[in-house]
Amino acid sequence: MLADVSFVRDFNMLPLNGLRQGSLEATADQAREALEKPRLTVADFARLISPAAGPNLEELARRSQALTRRRFGHAIRLFAPLYLSNECVNNCKYCGFSRDNPIVRVTLSVEDVLREVRALREQGFRNILLVAGEHPKFVSGQYLADCIRALRAEVPSISLELGPMETEDYLPLVQAGADGLVVYQESYDRAVYAEMHTAGPKRNFDWRLETPERAYAAGFRRLGIGALYGLGDWRREAISVAAHAEYLLRHCWKAQLTVSLPRLRPCAGEFQPPAPMSERELVQLVCALRLLLPDAGLVLSTRESARLRDGLIPLGITMISAGSHTEPGGYTGAGREKLHHTQHGRMVELAAGSSEWASGATGQFDIADSRSPSEVADLLKRLGYDPVWKDWDAALMA
Amino acid sequence: MVNELSIFAIAGRVFRSRLLLGTGKFSSPGLMRQTLAASGAEIVTVALRRADLSGSRDPFANILEFIDPERYLILPNTSGAINAAEAVRLARLAAAAGLPKWIKLEIHPDPRYLLPDPVETLAAAEVLVREGFVVLPYINADPVLAKRLQDAGTATVMPLGSPIGSSRGLETREQIRIIIEQATVPVVVDAGLGAPSHAAEAMELGADAVLVNTAIAVAQDPCRMARAFAEAVHGGREAYEVGVAQPQAAASATSPITAFVN
Repeated sequence: MLADVSFVRDFNMLPLNGLRQGSLEATADQAREALEKPRLTVADFARLISPAAGPNLEELARRSQALTRRRFGHAIRLFAPLYLSNECVNNCKYCGFSRDNPIVRVTLSVEDVLREVRALREQGFRNILLVAGEHPKFVSGQYLADCIRALRAEVPSISLELGPMETEDYLPLVQAGADGLVVYQESYDRAVYAEMHTAGPKRNFDWRLETPERAYAAGFRRLGIGALYGLGDWRREAISVAAHAEYLLRHCWKAQLTVSLPRLRPCAGEFQPPAPMSERELVQLVCALRLLLPDAGLVLSTRESARLRDGLIPLGITMISAGSHTEPGGYTGAGREKLHHTQHGRMVELAAGSSEWASGATGQFDIADSRSPSEVADLLKRLGYDPVWKDWDAALMA
Repeated sequence: MVNELSIFAIAGRVFRSRLLLGTGKFSSPGLMRQTLAASGAEIVTVALRRADLSGSRDPFANILEFIDPERYLILPNTSGAINAAEAVRLARLAAAAGLPKWIKLEIHPDPRYLLPDPVETLAAAEVLVREGFVVLPYINADPVLAKRLQDAGTATVMPLGSPIGSSRGLETREQIRIIIEQATVPVVVDAGLGAPSHAAEAMELGADAVLVNTAIAVAQDPCRMARAFAEAVHGGREAYEVGVAQPQAAASATSPITAFVN
């Protein structure tokens, strides 16, 4: 069903080194010129994220803010991640769910998932992102379809963030009622990607890169992409994301596109990001992406601190999460009785008196903004935004 | 000498205001309500995907509670639909939820420019007219499509001035002029009107009404901007009815050049 062209072909032809060099060596005049353009190319975008454009951040932010207001108005959409399972067959250096990590694992039952979603509904969420590690045994297609069907009666919009699948395996999930698919390439740098993903099917870079196209072919209406900043050179990653976004807008033209900007930060005792991105650089990137992609949704999660989020939201962000938990069962304690370790794909029971019973399943990453959804909604109102919980109706995907 | 504007009616229902308002992009539902009041609008359109259609009075999707149905005709719209089947389903759902059986038919599969799909729009209009809906289709400024929709029984046609939210004004001016010239139903210019002067221009051209959202909702002071649009719409219509002088290529000669025939 997929045409024989895919983004992999375009990506392989993308002069990434030249574009990155053009960014690093851009002059202040070139950066200013890019800022003035009504329509940007990826090369212009590279100049907007250049060191030379740094001093113009205020002007860049003003333009991004004005453009976002015009295209999206004073509305910020809210969503919540709901983790189904932290089982995984991959080893990824930066991820807590890696298969060889001796973490406390669980896969929620459909009833558990319903409990979780009802708690989120109570808080206001009508747009849920179901997240799971990649594990065909624990997180099967049938299980996912069952979860989606059960949730469908509770919330009007369901998106998925899962291990990549074939188009035909996505079809039943769309039929069950999922409307969006999110997949981050993590790193668009093949060398960095190979180094970070040490075992498991995720090692296949091209397969992952084509995932949004397979999802679109299966009927998903919202596609989310992004890089995980901190793994590779952020400018190179951002230029790749920009090219990917432009490709998807052209080829998957009926889908709404969102771009997320998750950032790994140095953290004591945990994986140290080899190429950390500063706050100022993140702000520059958000604003530059807005000028390149006036109509793309830009997503900011609770990985970032309240202070940074409050400042960044009015500059170009259109969709945020709030009050998130990254461990399965995190909203209600659902699934507590099934906690276990997984070794070589097999469940190993926790010791009877172990303190791990009390701490619950392990989360994927730490949340920096721990404010409740209602606190965040109040903040949005103070900033002059209407918090939008529902902007999708089930009738659109019946 | 009649000083009153001619009557504006859609599907037999008379409206005093020729300014229709959209309800998206406001910073709060409260401000939206004030703006609707300031605009004098009598028809306001609401995206069904943002409303609660389940009848459960969802406090997190309560936009409809800010629009008094006694005061305004709520015109549900099908924004979000990418084909006829989805638009028809949304319209039926809205009617089942007790909303007026009027529908602003919007089918834009391209989420970037939100340009309407003519093929799906005509197909959906045919179904909805048959089911008794008053159908107001959002279309590109295509005169033949406008005729086809009128023939199908739509209550208006709503050609765009320029893409939604673009504030670029009447980029489709000549096509809209033809649509107005050939129309048998009211022509409501929708989308792209960024300034009151754009709205006045559409009205001077002979449009029966205009629909505005972004330019008002994202203005520094939406209430004042709504009033500015209302005045421009009124002025433009007044001028149209009086008859706007056509620009002349050259000054008129002061001495008659046909005097020789007496």
